[in-house]
Amino acid sequence: MTALLTIIVLVFITIAIWQMVKIFDLANANNENSQVANDKDNRVNGYLMLIFLAFIYIITIVCLVKWGDLPLMSNSASAHGPQIDNLMIISMVLIFIVQTITQFLLHYFAFKYKGEKGRKALFFADNDKLEFIWTIIPVITLAGLIIYGLFTWSDIMNFEEEEDALVVELYAQQFNWKARYAGEDNVLGEANVRLINLDNANILGLDEADPNAQDDIITTELHLPVGRQVIFKMRSQDVLHSAYMPHFRAQMNCVPGMITQFAFTPTVTTAEMRQTDEMVKKVENINNIRTEKSKDLVAKGEEALDPYEFDYLLICNKICGKSHYNMQMKIIVETEEEYNAWIKEQQVFKNSLVQN
Amino acid sequence: MSAHADTHAHEDDHGHHHKETFVTKYIFSQDHKMIAKQYLITGTIMGVVGVIMSLMIRMQIAWPEEPNVIFEALLGKWAPGGVMDADMYLALVTIHGTIMVFFVLTAGLSGTFSNLLIPLQIGARDMASGFLNMVSYWLFFLSSVVMVISLFVEAGPAAAGWTIYPPLSALPMAQGGSGMGMTLWLVSMAIFIASSLLGSLNYIVTVINLRTKGMSMTRLPLTIWAFFVTAIIGVVSFPVLLSAALLLIMDRSFGTSFFLSDIFIQGEVLHYQGGSPVLFEHLFWFLGHPEVYIVLLPALGITSEIIATNSRKPIFGYRAMVASILAIAFLSTIVWGHHMFVSGMNPFLGSVFTFTTLLIAIPSAVKAFNYITTLWKGNLQFNPAMLFSIGLVSTFITGGLTGIILGDSALDINVHDTYFVVAHFHLVMGISALYGMFAGIYHWFPKMFGRMLNKNLGYIHFWVTAVCAYGVFFPMHFIGMAGLPRRYYTNSNFPLFDDLSNVNVIISLFAIIGGIFQLVFLWNFFYSIFYGKKTVQNPWKSNTLEWTAPIKHIHGNWEGEIPHVHRWPYDYSKPGHDEDFVPQNVPLKDGEEELQH
Repeated sequence: MTALLTIIVLVFITIAIWQMVKIFDLANANNENSQVANDKDNRVNGYLMLIFLAFIYIITIVCLVKWGDLPLMSNSASAHGPQIDNLMIISMVLIFIVQTITQFLLHYFAFKYKGEKGRKALFFADNDKLEFIWTIIPVITLAGLIIYGLFTWSDIMNFEEEEDALVVELYAQQFNWKARYAGEDNVLGEANVRLINLDNANILGLDEADPNAQDDIITTELHLPVGRQVIFKMRSQDVLHSAYMPHFRAQMNCVPGMITQFAFTPTVTTAEMRQTDEMVKKVENINNIRTEKSKDLVAKGEEALDPYEFDYLLICNKICGKSHYNMQMKIIVETEEEYNAWIKEQQVFKNSLVQN
Repeated sequence: MSAHADTHAHEDDHGHHHKETFVTKYIFSQDHKMIAKQYLITGTIMGVVGVIMSLMIRMQIAWPEEPNVIFEALLGKWAPGGVMDADMYLALVTIHGTIMVFFVLTAGLSGTFSNLLIPLQIGARDMASGFLNMVSYWLFFLSSVVMVISLFVEAGPAAAGWTIYPPLSALPMAQGGSGMGMTLWLVSMAIFIASSLLGSLNYIVTVINLRTKGMSMTRLPLTIWAFFVTAIIGVVSFPVLLSAALLLIMDRSFGTSFFLSDIFIQGEVLHYQGGSPVLFEHLFWFLGHPEVYIVLLPALGITSEIIATNSRKPIFGYRAMVASILAIAFLSTIVWGHHMFVSGMNPFLGSVFTFTTLLIAIPSAVKAFNYITTLWKGNLQFNPAMLFSIGLVSTFITGGLTGIILGDSALDINVHDTYFVVAHFHLVMGISALYGMFAGIYHWFPKMFGRMLNKNLGYIHFWVTAVCAYGVFFPMHFIGMAGLPRRYYTNSNFPLFDDLSNVNVIISLFAIIGGIFQLVFLWNFFYSIFYGKKTVQNPWKSNTLEWTAPIKHIHGNWEGEIPHVHRWPYDYSKPGHDEDFVPQNVPLKDGEEELQH
């Protein structure tokens, strides 16, 4: 279908081009400068410049109205999230202002000074004062942004370990995630991919002799207690991956051969997030889209899509191979009690090993 | 220096009576004008390949579930029944990026216009070494051929992204494309880098040594300044990519561990120990970021020249323009880390790179404001080249501004590797540089082929392209800010992003229309080479020296003596002159002062 349409469009365009060129060539047959812009071209293109300016403004407004609520930018679920969001909003407002003004000047000047035969342009080659002004204004603005940005960055990255911090290892492999909790002792056991032993199900390569490793817990879902700092230690067993948790404004690459880290404090439980107005609206919208899609699928004899319920996600954001597009893990933020109840049900490392 | 150039010129005068054969004139030519055309045609062909790939990528993103006849026709075994293979999707993304960045916007743009304009605009008979110049082109041709061959290998072309981060690119068992496909990719790039270095060295030597009498550095057109500085950046940074590629080849084929350590894949532990993928990222981006400016600066140089000529006004702030080119060039080599804020490198390094990165916004802003001021009170002639130049300034601003967000490490955490990045760099370097290339082609086509491009087709080409470029990349920022990662074969496994699927359809429609309308350009281009309107000697009434050379290409560029230069290139609408332009070779009148610029 798409192909047929494309071919039809191509044929039409070819015919149109052929016709137009013929007309132009006939009209301009004897003029030496026929392919250099004349007053009429200048006028037409000058007006088109204005229309194009309007187009830029319209597309900006349409995008802002239709997709500007940005659920991932405006309701963060981590303690440092609002800091990033503030900086983002300030930067966006600034960009928006500069964009509006400079695009106006560019296209308006293009329209206003469209060429006419016999008019002479102003010979205006230099002005140190003007140059100074538009050097110093960006300098001051950027200095502000840099300082604000650097403080935010260093707050997030040079975190202080809190006393009750939860240490969790995120373990990446083509194409899934695992989480390792430190267990009762809150110390992760030593591990290296060289110690992986698939025969006895030591899939993350924990040092079986390390006492700290015995009570570690390996899971395929990430449960986090709300309001408690989580320090992620990240590992990868094969290629680069990136642990991207957009709702928490968190991202860090997982690099084979080294341990990377990132920390944040979740502030909103999954249950609470599901009830926020914005999320209710978003989920409803998504489910409408899915219902529509399901109708098509059922008509084709395929299965309908499941209805969507919101969950936080950890997704892979560094190209990692064939199934990169499907490397994800559910994150559940819950109360301390719920978390404790859940972790108690999980098997500790020493019991998970298969005895041969 | 100039005296030397003149004696050299006289020798050449006698030289060009030798009869040229078809092979020495069209194939193994050492004439810079022919080599420029060779670069342009090769770059255009690679461009067509790159754009077709991008359209397939867009179709896959918009309609991931629907079988597509086009896929089946073009991809063969990689799209059985018209459903694209996931590995092939990544391969398309990889090769599209590689071809567009290196083969089209580096070789196609810089190679074409540096070759064409450096000797003609500085008043030289040819490049310093015609032979090296020829070798440079043929190495580029060879690397293009190897890259195209790599598309047809059994296990698929390279598919690790154009950044080819190891271990993915190093381990054939991690991905089909990391076998023979990646080997050919690396070989192709190594040849490409050799070509680029030979070209750049030649440009630098030519600009420094072969300027005609009176052509001081402060009288150089901004095009030459841009090409000159671009060549310097290339010489400084390309060798680093070469070393990264060589080390990667060692890791892949000879078992060294420069970039690899502690890897367990497909049930076995590999022997690699002690290497670091982060090291590769540093080496890659040490070229990768300057590369952005290698692509962009020539486009900005071309734009400066075209905007001044078509505004019938001097470029505003010549000195500031040169200074900002130099500042951008310097800063471009110390900002590479902003691609690596979340790579696991020390956060303090992140702070340093945030600082240097945001500094680049200052010279960029100066350039943008100077362009706008050049338009002010001009007498603008909207030739297609002028439209593309104004379009460049527009996308350069729109795309450049979002760099303020991406360069800020704290903000980058959340938008890193999302479609926000894709939108940003496509606007600021992809579309902008492409506009610069189009502008250059429309402007210097008469110089290259002795004929004019059809202006009305040019207008159609520009306006549709301009609307489609914004239609594609403006909404893309928003799906990026919603958190959608790039390089996903399909988003259907994430119901979270289902509400973005209609945006993706709109973007793809704009992309397809924009892509199809490039045919208008191709048609205009190839038709006009043979049947276009014959040009007059100086169709745009321009000041620079290339328009004083005869229309018909002769070896040595000028019959008789090379014109001497008496003024800077931007004496447009100068009071005291009847015409609104005064070419550089016109001596100062009695009592006329040269502008102290």
